[in-house]
Amino acid sequence: MSACPDKQLLLHALADGELDAGNVLALEAHVVTCAGCAAELVAIREVKARLRSTRPGYAAPSGLLDRVEAAIDDSARPPPRRRAGLETWVLGGGMGAIAAGLALFAFLPSGDGLQGQLIDAQARSLEALHLVDVATSDRHTVKPWFNGKVDFAPPVVDLASQGYPLVGGRLDRVDGKRVAALVFRRRAHVINLFVWPGDAPAAPALSHKQGYSLVRWGRGGLVFWAVSDVDAGDLMGFQADFSAATR
Amino acid sequence: MNGRLLPFRRAPARGPASGPTATSSGLLRGGGPDGTAASVPSPSQAARFRELVLPHTDAAYSLARYLARDAAAAEDIAQDALLKAFRNLESLRGEVKPWLLAIVRNTYFDWRRRGDDRTVTGPAAEVALAQTPDDSHESAEAALIRQGDVEALRAAIEAIPEPFREALVLRDLEELSYREIAEITGAPMGTVMSRLARARRMLAERMGVLETVP
Repeated sequence: MSACPDKQLLLHALADGELDAGNVLALEAHVVTCAGCAAELVAIREVKARLRSTRPGYAAPSGLLDRVEAAIDDSARPPPRRRAGLETWVLGGGMGAIAAGLALFAFLPSGDGLQGQLIDAQARSLEALHLVDVATSDRHTVKPWFNGKVDFAPPVVDLASQGYPLVGGRLDRVDGKRVAALVFRRRAHVINLFVWPGDAPAAPALSHKQGYSLVRWGRGGLVFWAVSDVDAGDLMGFQADFSAATR
Repeated sequence: MNGRLLPFRRAPARGPASGPTATSSGLLRGGGPDGTAASVPSPSQAARFRELVLPHTDAAYSLARYLARDAAAAEDIAQDALLKAFRNLESLRGEVKPWLLAIVRNTYFDWRRRGDDRTVTGPAAEVALAQTPDDSHESAEAALIRQGDVEALRAAIEAIPEPFREALVLRDLEELSYREIAEITGAPMGTVMSRLARARRMLAERMGVLETVP
């Protein structure tokens, strides 16, 4: 069985509804008298019917839409106001304070300078549109991505079913050291979760600064700081869900 | 130390050539797909993008998936393409879907050129995949496809070599017109038609459709 060579492409166009009326008439008349072309047309229609009924198209993973929506939200929103004078403070005489780092923080649990840095890191992630270095909702992609970039293994979980989808991961700097930042989304808001080695009480401590909420807790030799402009209840919910998922 | 890790940088660090950065899957970085400056998106642009473009997210991912034949790569490509589409929303004329799929396609070729392609899709793989399977395999596959097994059908489509596979996906999955496919792929309409015919013939063989016709 084979169709007439000069009719091959026209048969596909007929099956696709791409022929004009004159060509349709002529080709239909031909198919009635040509077994080869008739069989070819049946085969083409059969292939099309199976493609239509089986629907082999792929649906986008939910994390894809979440990440794109988070990115366009962030780019369309005016950047958060940053603390006046902080830039001078850090670039100027503040280097010693940074070097003092966590030791200083241990004596001052309210960590004024540290909180400012965390908020700035959060603002920077939105303002410079550098939200993530590795963009994926797959925790199995994010976790190994940190290998070799930081000398500890931050726990990575996706909390999409709890309403905090994982957007990705990023390297950041806090107190002059490399820290891991995990990025989650809460509706139109972004939650940055900063992680580095250190000691902190396991009980979550909530604080507020410059319109941001911050929650700090410790676990397994790591310090966690969640920073976001979501309301405090949502951020505490995030902390509880994250802790439960990494227990 | 990478410049973007320094504190208080006001503009995103760009490479000297301001071409694609190493972390190509990163989110919005400003600039158009070819390095041109794009206007700063406004909230109304975000709303328009949501309304017009995001409904085609599945189509964008599906095309990326059939081109790259790799789930993780497809996600990166579709994400890059959607964000490019957002930055260049003002270039949208006419139908949204062909416009978006053209961006997906370009993003895919950029990705392949950059050598991000770590999957086995070189010419040798194309040939191996395109080879007609032996009879027993073929009939098992054909039976699965006849029963409506979506994975078997996807595998059969993925086995079609690229230009033919692309034409089939754009026409039979995304239901674009011949003219739209010609515009997206930059091929003459006659080439589109012959690629589509060849793709369907290969698929018909794997489906066992041709044997059922006397």
